[in-house]
Amino acid sequence: MSQPSHLPRPEPVCGMDTWMPVPARILDVRQENFNTRTFTMQFVDEETRRQYRFTPGQFNMVYVPGVGEAAISVSSHPEHTDTLEHTIRTVGSVTRAFERLGKGGIVGLRGPFGKGWPLEALRGKDVVIVAGGIGIAPLRPVICWLLDHRDWCRRVVLMYGCRTPEDRVFGAELDAWEQGGAIEVLVTVDNATGDWFGPVGVVTRLLQRIKVGAARTMVLVCGPKILNRVAAWNFLQLHVPPDQVYVSLERNMNCGFARCGHCQFGANFVCTDGPVFCFADIADIFTREDV
Amino acid sequence: MSTPYPASYRRLFLPRPRLQHLFDRLREEGYTVLGPTVVNGAVSLQPMQSVDQLPRGLRDEQDGGHYRLVEGDPALTFEYVVGPDGPKGYFFPSHLPLFSFHVEGDSFVLDETAPRPPKLAMLGVRPCELAAIRVQDRVFGVGMPGVFRCESETFYAETRQQALLLTVNCTRPSGTCFCASWGTGPRATHGYDLALTELRGGFVVEIGSDRGAALAEQLSLREPTEAELELAELKLQRAGEQMGRHLDAEGIKELLDAELEHPEWDDVATRCLSCGNCTMVCPTCFCCTVSDSTYLNGNQVTRTRQWESCYTLQFTYTTTGPERNTIRGRYRHWLRHKLGTWWDQFGMSGCIGCGRCITWCPVGIDLTEEISRLREQGHVHRLHRAHLVRGGLSP
Repeated sequence: MSQPSHLPRPEPVCGMDTWMPVPARILDVRQENFNTRTFTMQFVDEETRRQYRFTPGQFNMVYVPGVGEAAISVSSHPEHTDTLEHTIRTVGSVTRAFERLGKGGIVGLRGPFGKGWPLEALRGKDVVIVAGGIGIAPLRPVICWLLDHRDWCRRVVLMYGCRTPEDRVFGAELDAWEQGGAIEVLVTVDNATGDWFGPVGVVTRLLQRIKVGAARTMVLVCGPKILNRVAAWNFLQLHVPPDQVYVSLERNMNCGFARCGHCQFGANFVCTDGPVFCFADIADIFTREDV
Repeated sequence: MSTPYPASYRRLFLPRPRLQHLFDRLREEGYTVLGPTVVNGAVSLQPMQSVDQLPRGLRDEQDGGHYRLVEGDPALTFEYVVGPDGPKGYFFPSHLPLFSFHVEGDSFVLDETAPRPPKLAMLGVRPCELAAIRVQDRVFGVGMPGVFRCESETFYAETRQQALLLTVNCTRPSGTCFCASWGTGPRATHGYDLALTELRGGFVVEIGSDRGAALAEQLSLREPTEAELELAELKLQRAGEQMGRHLDAEGIKELLDAELEHPEWDDVATRCLSCGNCTMVCPTCFCCTVSDSTYLNGNQVTRTRQWESCYTLQFTYTTTGPERNTIRGRYRHWLRHKLGTWWDQFGMSGCIGCGRCITWCPVGIDLTEEISRLREQGHVHRLHRAHLVRGGLSP
């Protein structure tokens, strides 16, 4: 069984002492759906490129010069860090500026920040990955890594939901993963447009299609707030222990290192204590509004 | 008279006419001297040249949503207590340019760095403010090895470490103070260079550091008389006893963790304007936003750190909207952070008992009162909540 090579939390490449982003070049842009693109980036500096490591689930503060920064998780393979990928949905000023930047554009990166998915804890377990919409982006590094180290855990199930079949992010890869047979891929959509004959409905309904051995199952969830809640709830009802359910949360981020206060969630700074949380650690505030 | 100090503890006396010498000495040593002075009808910590700028014969009248300077004892210059601002704004400025840079090809070229930390001597820092400085020291990791230290924190640490803190102990509490019950005043116990206790004829001086001792040496102070010492002690003791407000630190964190759904939050939400005044006057609030201002060419960028308030909607804004949509949620977050979750994050309380948030709240919301209401009705509510939890999600 191979060891994950980077389990300790990697240090940010921008150094621990500056707000100055590190320049990176956009090498490639792939259209995922009507408003989401995957940007392949490479640090301009070769030394930085060599040093950069991240744990699946960690994020960078990506920066468009003259516009601003946004917290975006890394969506590429954690062992191929010569280039990095960020899958970005256009929703605000920074992401819109990204859309305008094409191949060859210069952006800035600070990171990686935060705690990632618990790869160590997945060992020998069944892994159920629940993703909604763009929420599959921070989970893609886990899937890529598990595919390369398939004997690390037992069964891997990916349950993915999005609005329509055209909205699928990493659509081609979803198909390839499904055909590859190494992991089980279940996709559902809210609206069956075009020639979709697959499941229709919310992601958690896919649970009806699998058998969950509660004690040996690890659950990784990332999606909109409501999906995080419902998915966590559903798995708890199936008697999956709360310390085996992990959720990645979204918050407004500014610094990335627990100094600006924006991302506080109860006593947690989501940027350093998360964004991936063990359900057991946040059970008391997870479903509360306005904390 | 009992004092917290051993009998060998050395105290000195600075006769009032010699206060100007202190100013002169500090300025000769290259310090910018900051002291309390009246700005827009309130006491504010400002750069000053002479003792004449100190607000002599004024005292403050403070209550929930109320601050007035009124006539006091004409012989005294430190009869008022804290104004809306304090040392925080000098260590952790409300606007701090971190650096400027421009994009040149594929690199970011640094043009300008953060301003050099000023050398400050602060006169009239109150004991509660010393406590606040200790809190922010912890937040910004001053003197803690291996802690992230970015441009803004370097500025804090350097300004802080070279600052000379000349405390004036409080011989009179103001209406909103509750430091006595919080253990942070009215007398400074540590963290100062010199601590002064004002009497009519001058100041009893306590030395808190080597730098303070060196300064005291140069001022050639005299020994205080027994009567002066006794009077100073008496005044400090009185100040503690006269403090009208009270906050019991015992179990506050547990209370706030347990009472997330207490009806009092709804009640305070009908009064709170979500204006953010309490966060702006709080000497420990550290939330900030770093943002870019860009020249029209889109190429030249200045990164500036500004104070931010958790009462604004943009503070938690993401694409799905603000995280704390209601005033109830924002007030609850602020109070809970200040008195509760601060313990989880920094191992100490974020409140130091200065009462500024009470005074400068336009509608006079009083956190000591809010806490006691949470306490009073707490148990009934907890039963109700336990019932909900058992039937609900919590495992």
